[in-house]
Amino acid sequence: MWDQILQFLLTGITLGSTYALVALGFAIIYNASDVVNLAQGEFVMLGAMSAIALSAGQGLPLPLAILLAVLLTLVVGLMLQRFAIAPAKGITVVGTIIITIGASIFLRGLALLLWGKDIQALPHFSGETPLRWGDLTLLPQSLWVMGGTALLVLGVQLFFNRTLLGKAILACSCNKTAAQLVGINVGRMLLVAYGLSALLGAMAGVLVTPITYTSYDAGIMLGLKGFAAAVLGGMGNPMGAVAGGLLLGLLESLAAGLISSGYKDAIAFIILLLVLFLRPSGLFGRAVSERV
Amino acid sequence: MPSSEPLLQVRGLQGCYGPVRVLHGVDLDIAAGELVALVGANGAGKTTLLRILSGLHRASAGQIRLDGADIGRLPPHRIVAAGICQVPEGRQVFAPLSVSDNLRLGGYAQRRDPAWLERRLRFVYDLFPILAERHAQLAGTLSGGQQQMLAIGRALLGRPRLLLLDEPSMGLAPLLVEEILRVIGELNRQGVTILLVEQNARAALSIAHRGYVLETGRVALAAPAATLLADEGVKRAYLGY
Repeated sequence: MWDQILQFLLTGITLGSTYALVALGFAIIYNASDVVNLAQGEFVMLGAMSAIALSAGQGLPLPLAILLAVLLTLVVGLMLQRFAIAPAKGITVVGTIIITIGASIFLRGLALLLWGKDIQALPHFSGETPLRWGDLTLLPQSLWVMGGTALLVLGVQLFFNRTLLGKAILACSCNKTAAQLVGINVGRMLLVAYGLSALLGAMAGVLVTPITYTSYDAGIMLGLKGFAAAVLGGMGNPMGAVAGGLLLGLLESLAAGLISSGYKDAIAFIILLLVLFLRPSGLFGRAVSERV
Repeated sequence: MPSSEPLLQVRGLQGCYGPVRVLHGVDLDIAAGELVALVGANGAGKTTLLRILSGLHRASAGQIRLDGADIGRLPPHRIVAAGICQVPEGRQVFAPLSVSDNLRLGGYAQRRDPAWLERRLRFVYDLFPILAERHAQLAGTLSGGQQQMLAIGRALLGRPRLLLLDEPSMGLAPLLVEEILRVIGELNRQGVTILLVEQNARAALSIAHRGYVLETGRVALAAPAATLLADEGVKRAYLGY
């Protein structure tokens, strides 16, 4: 029994790592502009699908394909901000969110046209022979997912705590007028935020796709789960989003194992509803009144 | 002190919010080295004028020249880079960031000159020792007076050729108002050109060289500060005699 639960926890952390990266992407853009970027899941799908196309389709070595796929998604994120969000200057937050919905549908359609409807997989980075400790097993790819997520989260943390650029983005989120008055180009900061979110999404995609597979519409579910994780952690709190992602992954995995795998996806949305009913600022969120 | 060629020259400035016109053709000159007070009642258009000077709001007509260069169409970050730094009304410090982060962000436009920033940071810490003492504290936890000092320090790190101050005395205890005004006067003596916007007209005029009285979007009076302080109309309307 305990071995089984430990096994569920391992699976949960792997899954949760992906949600954490997607949620982190949500938090970064939300922080910089109060906008929920509903194309966040499509960044994950794009990273994964283009890596597959470049490695399996074009025959590039896997590391190179991954690098190019991440860069490509980064460019897509920058273009989304530059050509879809920025021109709609002065629009409401809800209006911007609707633009991101449009962008997500567009990106999904593009992926469908380019790569078809099939479910596709990326090769495991270092083999598929599970590691074993007694009854516990773990795919080497899970270690890639956890390690990669840990590094990325640490990197984002350092970026916001140690660099002037990171702090300038935080400044925009806490007081846009004051940020402008110290000479910060707010539009530029938004561009950086979208780029960073796209980068995190793409990394999440290439890390987890060897285990979970992907398809042109995989971004919908990942986006929704990541959003649930971000809300759970407290929207706009990057480290809360990471914690929310891990927690969501664990709960899902436990529910799938102990109750029924049929309820796996429902868990995220039940949690989302419960959080919104009981604690709308999230587990680690600032009180709403502080965001003046 | 006041030289012949103005550092800032504003001509015929009009500002609207939607259909409502708030400024009806304001003319204003500030010479390098001057401390100019802009006084007027609530709603006279003082803050709007500052918002336009900083590029936060687009003027609907008129000209703004800084050292002869037209800056009326520049976005806010370019205006800061050109040398106009504003201490906004109500401080508006970055509350969740530390005092030293607030100051470093104040120097964002000068980020390519770290040696100058380092010197300037020491200067600000000497000017407001309490900020040095609390450099690691979150700005939101400072008192009102300390936040005002932080907001001024933050603007000084932007290397202002012209420093705009919007109601720096607002909400402060009388002793602190005195302290802030003393520092503003001191900064000016050290060569910082200042436009000081205040509802506390007497305090502002007592340290300024010249003053403008703004009434419902028009310059009603422009004169040396001493003249305004002695003017019967000004006394009645703004100084509370």
